[in-house]
Amino acid sequence: MPKRKDLDKILIIGSGPIIISQACEFDYSGTQACKALAEEGYRVVLLNSNPATIMTDPEFAFRTYIEPITVEVLEKIIKKEKPQACLPTLGGQTALNVAFSAAKEGIFKKYGVELIGANAQAIAKAEDRKLFKETMAKAGIETPRSQIVYKLSEAASALEYVGLPCVLRPAFTLGGTGGGIVFNREEFFSLIEIGLKQSLVSEVLVEEAVLGWKEFELEVMRDRKDNVVIICSIENFDPMGIHTGDSITVAPQQTLTDRQYQRMRQEAIRAIRAIGVETGGSNIQFAFNPQDGRLVIIEMNPRVSRSSALASKATGFPIAKIAAKLAVGYTLDEIPNDITRETPASFEPVLDYCVVKIPRWTFEKFPQADTTLTTSMKSVGEVMAIGRTFKEALQKGLRGLEIGKAGLEPQIDLRRYKIHPQDVKEEIKAYLIRPNAERIFYIGDAFRLGFSLSEVASLTKIDPWFLQNIKEIIDFERELSSQHALDIKRLKKAKELGFSDKQIARLINAGEDKIAMLRYKHSINCVYKLVDTCAAEFEAYTPYFYSTYEKEDEARISTRNKVMILGGGPNRIGQGIEFDYCCVHAAFSLQEENIEVIMVNSNPETVSTDYDTSDKLYFEPITLEDVLNIARREKPRGVILQFGGQTPLNLALGLERAGIEILGTSAFSIDRAEDREKFKQLLKKCRLRQPANATATSFYEAKRIAREIGYPVVVRPSYVLGGRAMEIVYDEVSLEKYIKKAIIASPLQPILIDKFLEEAIEVDVDGIGDGKQFIIGGILEHIEEAGIHSGDSAMCLPPFSISDEMIEEIRKATYVLAEELKIKGLMNIQYAVKNNVLYVLEVNPRASRTIPFVSKAIGVPLAKLAAKVMLGKTLDELGLKKEIVPPYTCVKESVFPFNRFSGVDIILGPEMKSTGEVMGIGESFAQAYIKSQIASSQVLPLEGRVFISVKNSDKRSVVFIAKKLFELGFEIIATAGTAKVLSKSNIPVKALPRISEGRPNILDYIKDKKVHLIINTPSGSIPRQDEVKIRSQAIIYGIPCITTISGAQASVEGIEVLKKEKLKIKSIQEHHKTLNYSVPNE
Amino acid sequence: MRRAILFLEDGFWLEGESFTIRGETIGEVVFNTSMSGYEEILTDPSYRGQIVCMSYPLIGNYGISGSDIESRRVQVEGFIVRENSQIYSNFQAKKSLSDYLRQNKILALEHIDTRALVRHLRLKGLLKGIISTEDFNFNSLRNKLAKAPSIVGRDLVRLVSCRQVHEWREDWPQLKFERKHTVAVIDCGIKHSILRFLKSYFEKVVVFPYESELKDVLRINPQAILFSNGPGDPQAVEPAIELAGKIISGLRQGSLKLAVMGICLGHQILGLALGGKSRKLKFGHHGGNHPVKDLATGKIDITAQNHNFIVDTQDLSDKDVVQTHINLYDNTPEGLRHRRLPLFSVQFHPEAGPGPFDAQYIFSGFRKMTDKIFAK
Repeated sequence: MPKRKDLDKILIIGSGPIIISQACEFDYSGTQACKALAEEGYRVVLLNSNPATIMTDPEFAFRTYIEPITVEVLEKIIKKEKPQACLPTLGGQTALNVAFSAAKEGIFKKYGVELIGANAQAIAKAEDRKLFKETMAKAGIETPRSQIVYKLSEAASALEYVGLPCVLRPAFTLGGTGGGIVFNREEFFSLIEIGLKQSLVSEVLVEEAVLGWKEFELEVMRDRKDNVVIICSIENFDPMGIHTGDSITVAPQQTLTDRQYQRMRQEAIRAIRAIGVETGGSNIQFAFNPQDGRLVIIEMNPRVSRSSALASKATGFPIAKIAAKLAVGYTLDEIPNDITRETPASFEPVLDYCVVKIPRWTFEKFPQADTTLTTSMKSVGEVMAIGRTFKEALQKGLRGLEIGKAGLEPQIDLRRYKIHPQDVKEEIKAYLIRPNAERIFYIGDAFRLGFSLSEVASLTKIDPWFLQNIKEIIDFERELSSQHALDIKRLKKAKELGFSDKQIARLINAGEDKIAMLRYKHSINCVYKLVDTCAAEFEAYTPYFYSTYEKEDEARISTRNKVMILGGGPNRIGQGIEFDYCCVHAAFSLQEENIEVIMVNSNPETVSTDYDTSDKLYFEPITLEDVLNIARREKPRGVILQFGGQTPLNLALGLERAGIEILGTSAFSIDRAEDREKFKQLLKKCRLRQPANATATSFYEAKRIAREIGYPVVVRPSYVLGGRAMEIVYDEVSLEKYIKKAIIASPLQPILIDKFLEEAIEVDVDGIGDGKQFIIGGILEHIEEAGIHSGDSAMCLPPFSISDEMIEEIRKATYVLAEELKIKGLMNIQYAVKNNVLYVLEVNPRASRTIPFVSKAIGVPLAKLAAKVMLGKTLDELGLKKEIVPPYTCVKESVFPFNRFSGVDIILGPEMKSTGEVMGIGESFAQAYIKSQIASSQVLPLEGRVFISVKNSDKRSVVFIAKKLFELGFEIIATAGTAKVLSKSNIPVKALPRISEGRPNILDYIKDKKVHLIINTPSGSIPRQDEVKIRSQAIIYGIPCITTISGAQASVEGIEVLKKEKLKIKSIQEHHKTLNYSVPNE
Repeated sequence: MRRAILFLEDGFWLEGESFTIRGETIGEVVFNTSMSGYEEILTDPSYRGQIVCMSYPLIGNYGISGSDIESRRVQVEGFIVRENSQIYSNFQAKKSLSDYLRQNKILALEHIDTRALVRHLRLKGLLKGIISTEDFNFNSLRNKLAKAPSIVGRDLVRLVSCRQVHEWREDWPQLKFERKHTVAVIDCGIKHSILRFLKSYFEKVVVFPYESELKDVLRINPQAILFSNGPGDPQAVEPAIELAGKIISGLRQGSLKLAVMGICLGHQILGLALGGKSRKLKFGHHGGNHPVKDLATGKIDITAQNHNFIVDTQDLSDKDVVQTHINLYDNTPEGLRHRRLPLFSVQFHPEAGPGPFDAQYIFSGFRKMTDKIFAK
């Protein structure tokens, strides 16, 4: 069937901000879909609130709406753009949910818009637990025993029928939030209450726990002619009970016989037909009882998912792209397989390698969080590795995680075992039983200490096949470290088993470079093999490679002028999609300059690892060894490190030493900005001020310095970056506590102490330089006061409260620093303004997290220009002649994963905690701000009851806010202290007792949803227990909770504007027309 | 572990280790792209005369169950993998792959760059090869290969067909149909999976040696007859072609009333009997992911494939022979049907074993065809 001619304009819904369980894989799929539909001549209208995405670049759609993803906005866009169809299956659960809600409200019908990909009925059948079970039963597919609960009163009977332990699964939530496994009645009743609240439709499935069963996933595609193919099978290393996003997963499946696999395949096909997903991809999860082969279907996502992104990268089959084409009427046999060109997409990819995906967690950011892995996803990123064996892929993946491990290295200090063998064994056992982020390393340790295969298997419920492979790695490790000298045969074997040079070096107490030299000398070099969807059965044209140690090398080395771009590796808090966005821009930009682009990255969720993005893709860990291997083979003209965040920058020295040219700002300048002493000198030379600071090596010294500088001070260990372990300390007692902790964590490391500029305004400046000229991209004023990590702060471009004189001063300071550092590429500076004095906090001579936001705001692709500048172009040639200040306001707001970590306080600080961002664009600050709040799911009420409880120093400033809220018609309740202050200013307020002192207190109000907004600023350095309870309950019950005065102020302005005028929408293309920059034609 | 070499007739060689026995073996080297199903592949009689290389690198993971075998013995001449699993893990497994192969005296290699081998075969076409743990001298290996017979024109069916007429009684328990009719199977190296399917649809399944005379077959009074899969060049299976020819003319003359079906080699045999021409593909189709389009409905099935030869029936004088299926990878013919006679055949394997079950409907189609001619 050819493509549909009755469609012209198609609305695509994106997935919004990056959150846990919904990361940049949806930018990857969305971008593919936009490109595919444009290629077919359709006009794409896009809705996505996330500015850090490639898909929201203006050239990827006819109209791009960076607006909140809500039914209201969706309707406005439909009304304005009049699309004929809407494709909701590419923007994750967010898009599916909003489309489903809109369908229920009859919006699509009203405007004659057709849902393509999956219709509302199919969505309901897959997402609604009850309907799903009924549908499966009708299709003859077994599901676990279960009962559905809609009201708390039905819970007891469900428990009786299903029994313990059981799994709770709320319907219509993201990535299983609010769900989990319960083992006793108490847990059952407390979790089911939360689940009912978090479910969009107040529905929780109580299900037989198939704990310890094997978990499998199939990626299925179907076309309009009912042709169905399986793109990839995935076997979870971790058994049932751990969210697949938190499981190590392996493709293809490893431990089923063909007949067992085919049974699963057939059931998957029956399931997609029964659910009625008309076209596109679906992800289906199965549980398999390893004792008797009983197979049950667990769930189905009727859309492109994280697993389908993984499957695309694992097989080379672009699921999202094909899904988009199927949605507009093509059938699978009409679409060619890009990779082989001659064969059609109606086939099932076969692999001749093993793919391992490993999640990356950031529990260190949330010390109070429960680190046990359950059915609710907690990881923030993932790494994928390809090898010819599971052992090789696993070790590549582990070193690609960038958590300090060079492979499957020990987790515990094994020397302890000699002293307390029994304790250590017990400790390991505990870690094997309880699924946790480091379990894979504990398994290694268990084998190191002589645990048997069956022992580990029974403790972990992990399939013995996987464990055996791990054991083989450990057995060889023992063999390797017991040798006095490293013989070449063993070195070769080690490389085949995926050991990194560094790992070998640590085992035999040698230097990493010594191992590398030995390898070079004996020609033990990796070869590169192709990912081709067909196990070499056909000629493949797509240059997508992975390394292994084998005989034949398939790398096709050209003689073109080439540049290597290093990506950012797995997503984590502080290094996410923004950097991938920059890498992708660099790739596009260099290709325009006829440079062959070689991309290196290990993150399967990204656009950068789409084989379409660069000329050549090496799916490899970003370690010095792996990068040098590629560089030695490819011999690029230079390498770009500026865009991938900290990961590639960490390799700068090693690459330079190996004689590889680093393009852009010189390593010398980078060092001047990053080295604390040199930075001090730099500022001195530029006559710029920084907060008073010094370095201490003992508590005594720290005490003296802090006294000299004056409290509060910011303290941090000197070896970490990105706000890790940074704290604001208000007095000597806290200082001592901090330093004790720091010394235990890493003795002998100096501690950096900075004056903390309380209540200062922070400002970020992003800009671009060509070595001679520097142009500011944007000046961003933080909405929250200083002390909150810039990645967590809301920001406004252009500034909304800073005086013109101060802005001028900021500009001048920026130019001076740029000139001094001879910036060639991007630069970000963080300033603080206090009492009208400008301080420089940090200079980062590289791409910053705000580059995509600024680029969208000013309509200039800064990262793209930066890549060209690095090749020697001038800004003038690129048409960027002066700073662009938009006539509208853009607000960036951060999005936090607090709802994933119950019990964690939501207070912001110097340690970054957000996972993603949204952008609000409006005519005024208030318009832009309120959009940013709505987009970040902080839905501010227009009426109702506000609870206010602020620390003493905020009491004066809160009066104005309370007054405004009262005038806007809100009822105000407050804690005694705050109430007193408000009454004095003649604001009617009702005082509530403290939680411990009486009822009804605020918690009762929260639980009954009788309070609609909470303004609660933390009191001092140690938040009181009451406050933590209030804030975490607010999160559970979805009540907006503002924790800063400036945030409250902005919110009130936003509420006011929303009450007066309706939300206005405007596409980014229309916004950019009001600017005076256009990308020069090449 | 013993050092071993794989040496091909064009001089290409790879070194690995035997994970089974010592010795030497010769065969045509083919690759199979199925990621699972080695138990079925090893025992598939169609692989007689061939050394099979698995393109998926990790083999042996789930051991050998004994219940997935396609014939009573290992049929391949040799087996090549990247990595043989040290353990097996599956509740159905009875023994390890290496034990199984060792017991069957099959030479099997691991630590081979199987992808390099597959690429080589793709570019050069199928080649004869020798595996040896004893002889590493290229000249001597080359001589041994030169003396070995070619697969073209060689009747390998003789080695795998049954010796005696017998009845097959096993079915697929999950398929629940009302069983009717008797089907005669001309065994050119039939797989158990096919027999199980037949037994699920037909009341009686009787297996005949491929050299059986028509009168012997008719003695059991069958309502249907199936020409089975099998190894090698269809041209060489003269007795079966002759038998097929007699049946076809019987059908034409109306002296016979039978539904006729062919699978793989059986399809080629029927094609030849109808006057078609066979030719050898460059590197064959061996895997479980081939898209086959049903030309009548436009539906695509993902099919299991295992053949090196195809038969062209486009230019027949009998214009009633129509092509029913094509392979979307290379547009080669995958099935034929006679417009007036109750006869059809497919090149792919609807019984899977290993592979997907998309094309299962072929068997019920066979039964329906039988029902139809006997309903009159």
